[in-house]
Amino acid sequence: MKFSIERGVLLKAVAQAQSVVERRNTIPILANVLIEAEGDAVRFRATDLDIEVVDRAPATVEREGATTVAAVLLNEIVRKLPDGALVTLTDQGASGRLSIEAGRSNFQLATLPKEDFPVMASSEYEAEFTAPAPVLRRLFDKSKFAISTEETRYYLNGVYMHVADGETGRALRCVATDGHRLARVDAELPEGAANMAGVIVPRKTVGELRKLLDDDEALIEVSVSETKVRFATPAITLTSKVIDGTFPDYSRVIPQNNQKRLEVDANEFAKAVDRVATVSSERSRAVKLALDEDRLVLSVNAPDSGAAEEELAVAYGDERLEIGFNAKYLLEIASQVDRENAVFLFNSSGDPALVREGDDLSAVYVVMPMRV
Amino acid sequence: MDCDAFFANVEKRDNPELADKPVIVGGGRRGVVSTACYLARIRGVRSAMPMFQALKLCPEAVVVKPRFEAYSEASRAIRAMMEEMTPAIEPLSLDEAFMDLTGTERLHGAPPAVMLARLTKRMQDELGLTGSIGLSHNKFLAKMASDFDKPRGFSVIGRAETVELLRPKPVSLIWGVGPAAQAQLDAVGIRTFDDILRWELKDLVKRFGGMGDRLWHLARGEDRRRVTPHDPVKSISNETTFDSDTRDPDILDGHIWRLAEKVSSRAKAKDLVGRVVVLKLKRADHTLLSRRVSLRAPTQIADTIYRTARGLFDARGDAAAYRLLGVGLSELSASASAPSEADLLDPGAAARERAERAADAIRAKFGEAAILKGRALR
Repeated sequence: MKFSIERGVLLKAVAQAQSVVERRNTIPILANVLIEAEGDAVRFRATDLDIEVVDRAPATVEREGATTVAAVLLNEIVRKLPDGALVTLTDQGASGRLSIEAGRSNFQLATLPKEDFPVMASSEYEAEFTAPAPVLRRLFDKSKFAISTEETRYYLNGVYMHVADGETGRALRCVATDGHRLARVDAELPEGAANMAGVIVPRKTVGELRKLLDDDEALIEVSVSETKVRFATPAITLTSKVIDGTFPDYSRVIPQNNQKRLEVDANEFAKAVDRVATVSSERSRAVKLALDEDRLVLSVNAPDSGAAEEELAVAYGDERLEIGFNAKYLLEIASQVDRENAVFLFNSSGDPALVREGDDLSAVYVVMPMRV
Repeated sequence: MDCDAFFANVEKRDNPELADKPVIVGGGRRGVVSTACYLARIRGVRSAMPMFQALKLCPEAVVVKPRFEAYSEASRAIRAMMEEMTPAIEPLSLDEAFMDLTGTERLHGAPPAVMLARLTKRMQDELGLTGSIGLSHNKFLAKMASDFDKPRGFSVIGRAETVELLRPKPVSLIWGVGPAAQAQLDAVGIRTFDDILRWELKDLVKRFGGMGDRLWHLARGEDRRRVTPHDPVKSISNETTFDSDTRDPDILDGHIWRLAEKVSSRAKAKDLVGRVVVLKLKRADHTLLSRRVSLRAPTQIADTIYRTARGLFDARGDAAAYRLLGVGLSELSASASAPSEADLLDPGAAARERAERAADAIRAKFGEAAILKGRALR
């Protein structure tokens, strides 16, 4: 195998590969990226046995072939090469080395046989559809903060992507929750998605997927089966196992009859929460919200270090209410709000609160109060 | 202060017939030596040695079953004597404790060395027990000194002589440097404290991490740890050994519940909550199976501990019969600082917690047996 490739193109492909390989793994081949040169392109394939990423990059292939080499090491080398350099990778065959040449630099890396590289079995996908990158970006960005890391409820360690009845008809919906808060985000149902099985997309996959979604113009091909999900652009294919479990019935968790309505500038609110929370050093910092006639007083009382209070002008017309929340959760939810105003709907100080962006029902958040 | 062959000497004191005989305290379920008196030690008997081996070395030894009640009582008596000297006492075990005597000279009208000599004399006169003293300017050196000329030892390491005294000593004297660490140190040529002195701090840290930092300072006789009277509780656990081995899930379930309740009531009494639940099982062949899991939020509720431990039990992937079951709670923190958020996905948990608190209140008023769960009877 021998091919030449532009350094920037190579870096992009290798960077994606090395983020998939597990840093600590006991199977040496899993630390490697499989490089396959064929026609006028090179494929870079990396896997942790749960996720597989294949990146296809244009290159001048002199001799077709394939080999595997340590992904992290290759990434480090390419990263340090000068911008704009032309990089030539040559499989030395007999010596079991891969040489990397760029300008006057020359590297020789140990390889492992390509036959040992585990390629994820292809599967039959029951549903296939296409969605613009910004749509998927919104679905996952707005829900992923609520993904749980709890080991006992492993089925919460991902985003539940499924088809549901939204406020304006059938929707493609993403839900994540850790029991403290919940995010539910809807998008218009793409053609071909109606028969999709609901799948729990693991946290790591959500992180890898994000790298495919930066380009506003990109169209993402999504394929879903009961055990796997695949996201593909012309250059990159990300295939992942889904979490084998049942996502809980979240619909009963979303409060339906919260009547007390607070409307507040999301940005101002987030900044104020952040400021008052500064005085407390505890892991879970409770912020008290005291609501009265168009007035919101945020306060934190940390017995060991001090107290803080800040008043905000808000729209609130219901009876007095005092309710406490974990500052981190409030901040995370407030930062999801793209529009100016966040609308909070409360019931009592012991009941979960509903948060949404203005009167848009396509993204709603639920957060559990804390006793303060 | 470190008592000499504590368990064995308590036995000799309480039974004068044993005075001139080699005595081994131990046996019981595991059949190992707990403590051997100095007569037995001369023959090579050591703590933690299997009993059969100890008796091979010293066939005429008298083996005594441990009487922990008696040892605790003796320990409390010694503790009371130490408390007359200083409030800063950090017990390491029943028979060993650090005392911080800084600034007590004017109070007692005598320097620490004199006070410690009086302590050992009182222990001998009033309790019939002997101990060894190590006196120095930090914990590491004091502990080392207490071992220098046991039994009835009395060693002082002064600040000026510290480094010279340490130089030729093997690093294995450091508490926490076991065979594995020693092998690692050996690989880079570190055998004595003198070897450590040749290293730069940053190189030691690079090579050994936190241990490197510790070694560098210890080799210079530096140890900044304070004598802390109350070591914070790190975990709470309870276990039961069954009369006969069992694999019956119903019987084991009853044990899980009762142990969860015990752990919970200890946590409640101390106002602690824990984030990690541990399940421990010992198979009939004595091999251990241990499973742990982090909770969403720290708890002290028996219901939560039980459900979590039961989940671990169900997912253990093992079909052996067990002789012992244990339930524990760790990564503890004060309950006041813990967030009290209900679980969105388990609305019933709040009601169960209220029921448990109510049952606790009933027990506090009418006694332990006033109310209990059906599964406690299994």
